[in-house]
Amino acid sequence: MKLNRLAISEEGFIFDPETGNSYTVNETGLLILKKLREGLGPEEIAEAMSEEYEVSPEEALRDVQDFLETIARFGLWEEKAWLK
Amino acid sequence: MRKPYQKPTILKLQVGFMRDKKSGLSRMVRREIDGVPVRELAERFGSPLFVFSERRLREQFRYLKRLFEGHYPRVEFSWSYKTNYLDAICRIFHQEGATAEVVSDFEYEKARRLGIPGDEIVFNGPYKPKETLRRAVLEGARINVDSMDEILDLEEIARETGEKVRIGLRVNMDTGIYPRWDRFGFNLESGEVLNVARRIAAGGRLEVVGLHCHQGTFILEPEAYGRAAEKLVQLARKLEEEFGWTIEYLDLGGGFPSRNRLKGLYLPPEVAVPPLSEYAERIGRALLSGLPAGDYPLLILETGRALVDEAGFLITTVRTVKRLPDGRRAYVLDAGVNLLFTAFWYHFRVEIEKEIPGPPEPCVLYGPLCMNIDVVEETAYLPPLSRGTRLILSPVGAYNVTQWMQFITYRPRVVLVTEAGKVEVIREAETLEDIVRRENLPEHLR
Ligand SMILES: Cc1ncc(COP(=O)(O)O)c(C=O)c1O
Repeated sequence: MKLNRLAISEEGFIFDPETGNSYTVNETGLLILKKLREGLGPEEIAEAMSEEYEVSPEEALRDVQDFLETIARFGLWEEKAWLK
Repeated sequence: MRKPYQKPTILKLQVGFMRDKKSGLSRMVRREIDGVPVRELAERFGSPLFVFSERRLREQFRYLKRLFEGHYPRVEFSWSYKTNYLDAICRIFHQEGATAEVVSDFEYEKARRLGIPGDEIVFNGPYKPKETLRRAVLEGARINVDSMDEILDLEEIARETGEKVRIGLRVNMDTGIYPRWDRFGFNLESGEVLNVARRIAAGGRLEVVGLHCHQGTFILEPEAYGRAAEKLVQLARKLEEEFGWTIEYLDLGGGFPSRNRLKGLYLPPEVAVPPLSEYAERIGRALLSGLPAGDYPLLILETGRALVDEAGFLITTVRTVKRLPDGRRAYVLDAGVNLLFTAFWYHFRVEIEKEIPGPPEPCVLYGPLCMNIDVVEETAYLPPLSRGTRLILSPVGAYNVTQWMQFITYRPRVVLVTEAGKVEVIREAETLEDIVRRENLPEHLR
């Protein structure tokens, strides 16, 4: 999986060795990436977020999906990859 | 204890991007307008909501007046109704000493209804309906003539009344700026003004007592006013010598810029817009050096935008959050180009009612209309916003509450934050009844 090739620092700095592009994510963005690497799906990630942060599971799910769409557009993620 | 939440974001790093945008962050929050919390304004009066500041209106007027009086002894500000003709706004400027500058039958009637006497009205515009023109003559308004046909109309009115009518001539000229508004009035360089003056003198029913030149709007070149003033002074002298008239006023129109960001200008207004003092200085210098000492005609200024723009704010709410195919976030606001006509020409300042965590990202602000042109801002840099977040757009005080349109929805309330800190409604929101009242369903369709 593409995600596993990315260099992700604890500060949220991301480097894609394939393209040379770099990115920054904030704390919750970092959390999503970590959970994705652990193999969790959007619902589980949203749940984990709403346990840790002041956000409802519904809003968290929308934001996770939105985030997934964004990283898919950056070529960092293939949709439904977590199903495999 | 759960931690405060920040929407997840990912930003592709581009050189220079982060630092630039971060430095602007603290300026993106506006919690209040003249001490009244944005949240309270929206909760009490609804969203969208136009908010005007009485303090800013008066301060700006006094500032400009003092500025120009510091450069020329006789100055009159004539409030440009078209820029914002809400009663409360006009009344504030009239209280400060402004006369009224109107360009249509409606504006003339509105100024009279507000209690402005005819002789404190400057009447401009390319079409003055005959009836209104007659009324303006009888009431002693200053009429700046735009065309030969209007001269014929005025001669006819003079014949009826049996008295000479005193008029001003609107003149267009090359002052070095583009575009040139040469469709209004009579051209100077081509000799048209002098020909017209000869014709007026030969008619014997009209007398030219003023010269008017409005060059355009949002003029970023102070020297253009210096040139206009200089040319008007020369023209005045010529008319006085040749025809024996006395030019009592020189009217330089409006056109001073506000601190708004004109599209296509890449510098922020703080850098791109010259200070108004430069305009005052150029005008004053040109007049004082061109006029004989002691013989100072009245300088009239029809400043609109520069007086009112920065006193107006629009509170609007994010109603929908979307992603565009290119990955940008898009927000649908409850105010679009129906309320913000000036969005076609200016990039407004976009502020958020509270601090929102997260890095600013490029995003698009759309209005609520079902039309592709309904874009309030093509590229704003905002942290990820949730539905319901309120934004404050400014400056929006000039031309929006006159050029707004009733299209598919209602026009919202307009409020004034008074100098005492009270909030007064100065225009109620429209209702269905307001709109259908003027309609008529013919008998056979009922
Ligand atoms: C004749 C005349 N006077 C004054 C104004 C006010 O201009 P501004 O708002 O640029 O000061 C206008 C605006 O178009 C105008 O046409």
